[in-house]
Amino acid sequence: MTDTLLEVCGLEISYGGIRAVKGIDLHIASGELVALIGSNGAGKTTTLKALAGLLHPARGKIQYANRSLINVVAHQRAAMGIALVPEGRGVFARMTVLENLLMGAYIRDDKSGIAIDLARMYELFPRLAERKDQLAGTLSGGEQQMVAMARALMGRPRLLMLDEPSMGLAPLMVQKIFEVIRDIAALGMSILLVEQNAKLALQVAQRGYVMESGEITLSGAATELLGSAAVQRAYLGA
Amino acid sequence: MKFNSKSKALVAALVVALLLLPFITDALFGRGWVRIVDFAMLYIMLALGLNIVVGYAGLLDLGYIAFFAVGAYCYALAGSPHLALAFPMMFPDGVHLSFLIVLPLAALLAGGFGVLLGAPTLRLRGDYLAIVTLGFGEIIRIFLNNLNSPVNLTNGPQGISRIDPVSVANVRLSATQNVLGIEFPSVHLYFYLFLAFTALVIFASRRLERSRIGRAWMAIREDEIAASAMGINTRNLKLLAFAMGAMFGGASGALFAGFQGFVSPESFSLMESIMVLCMVVLGGMGNISGVILGGVLLAILPEVLRHIVVPLQQSLFGKTLIDPESLRMLLFGTALIVMMLYRPAGLLPSRVRRRELDSDEVPESIGRNQA
Repeated sequence: MTDTLLEVCGLEISYGGIRAVKGIDLHIASGELVALIGSNGAGKTTTLKALAGLLHPARGKIQYANRSLINVVAHQRAAMGIALVPEGRGVFARMTVLENLLMGAYIRDDKSGIAIDLARMYELFPRLAERKDQLAGTLSGGEQQMVAMARALMGRPRLLMLDEPSMGLAPLMVQKIFEVIRDIAALGMSILLVEQNAKLALQVAQRGYVMESGEITLSGAATELLGSAAVQRAYLGA
Repeated sequence: MKFNSKSKALVAALVVALLLLPFITDALFGRGWVRIVDFAMLYIMLALGLNIVVGYAGLLDLGYIAFFAVGAYCYALAGSPHLALAFPMMFPDGVHLSFLIVLPLAALLAGGFGVLLGAPTLRLRGDYLAIVTLGFGEIIRIFLNNLNSPVNLTNGPQGISRIDPVSVANVRLSATQNVLGIEFPSVHLYFYLFLAFTALVIFASRRLERSRIGRAWMAIREDEIAASAMGINTRNLKLLAFAMGAMFGGASGALFAGFQGFVSPESFSLMESIMVLCMVVLGGMGNISGVILGGVLLAILPEVLRHIVVPLQQSLFGKTLIDPESLRMLLFGTALIVMMLYRPAGLLPSRVRRRELDSDEVPESIGRNQA
């Protein structure tokens, strides 16, 4: 295995006495695209929020780039290169597309580097270049997903965490978004992809974890999971 | 800022008009109106301060007047004979600090109270935050009302009187001053003082709005989770918004106490908080010119009404059927409903709001069912 970027051991998260995540282990190597799949309410989003520092785990270890993240708060994790594209996108609705992207570079102060990355984002998402002066709240769901992803990338993260990027999008737009995810991964970005759409996620990922009611029940190479009878039955409707 | 010659001339004309305003008002409507204009300036400062909290950072504060009260009482205690009552040994003549010391002190103290309110409410948003801030405003008022025993600190409901007038460089603003053969009555002098402070508050607001801090506040207002995922320290920035807003409120409170010469808890009721919030909302949240317009309208119109309604009824019916106070609330309520129906973003909406409402596309703030 190549060097590990993120390692999670025995992560447990409770919401008011209810254990939403019951001690999971997972790891992501540098440059790897890992999918975390599972049905609604399995604890996927909760896991992501804990990794981003938005929730405090009850127990367990999170190790990122050989550093423990337990006492590191959300905005410091962002500065360390952990980017989250939240569920429901979380675009800044009353700011323009351009302003949204610049907010993504909030932690940076290299003006020329930011300008270069901005041009790169417009290349990656030509639609955003056309709409750069439009308010993000007036965009379609797919365009908002693009804004959220580009905004996260503007911070030059080392680990990109995507929470349900396909949610509520038309099939054509989902395809587009996943093409971009594949492109970003090809450039060497480490990605943790949370998805309900198991088939799509496993098609782009190298490895996958299957989560069910707060526990990881299966893990392995994406192709293996795609072919496994359990996954087929539970998520792919075969 | 860049100005072309046309806008330069416009700014110059505006400055001249503002400088002449007290004399014009005095000549046309009488001295009482200059006083009303002075109060309007105080309200503008308050509204701009609240605009930082509500308009920029999106934190709904219904107890904002408490900071005005803290500033006013700070000035009152540090510039009146009152403390001689509570501590005759320590301050036989009370405390009489200079205005230039008390003003920053009042602002800092109010800022401290801002953090005090902000810290426990960091996790709250929207309705919940509004309720807690409303409670905070009332707590401060009730404290002021009851802190006359065991030690008489605030003199309770009677309030503190005989507050030193503001004096700058040995010029007492409470007396008519003669400069270059022109008589400047007290209300005129206060007008210029308030004008200077309002200009300062406007300048500070503009700078904040365009700063890194301002952009972070707006990101928090739009989506707090996304903001912290961008690396914004949401806790500190929210505290800073509360503190900055409170400082502006505290400074205007100190000016108010010096101008009025008297403070009592009834000036700081919930209604006042709501009034200031209405100025911000009516004018256009987040937009400085809008907030100023809202402040002017809501501070001046009730007075206009008071001066028109009674004489009008007297001449029509020979007696006053509806007293101006209740009519004021009626008109005020109607105006707000009409506003919300026809100009929901305020009279002068902020740049972004305006574009949002003018956009030909349907705003899709939830954005989940479309691609």
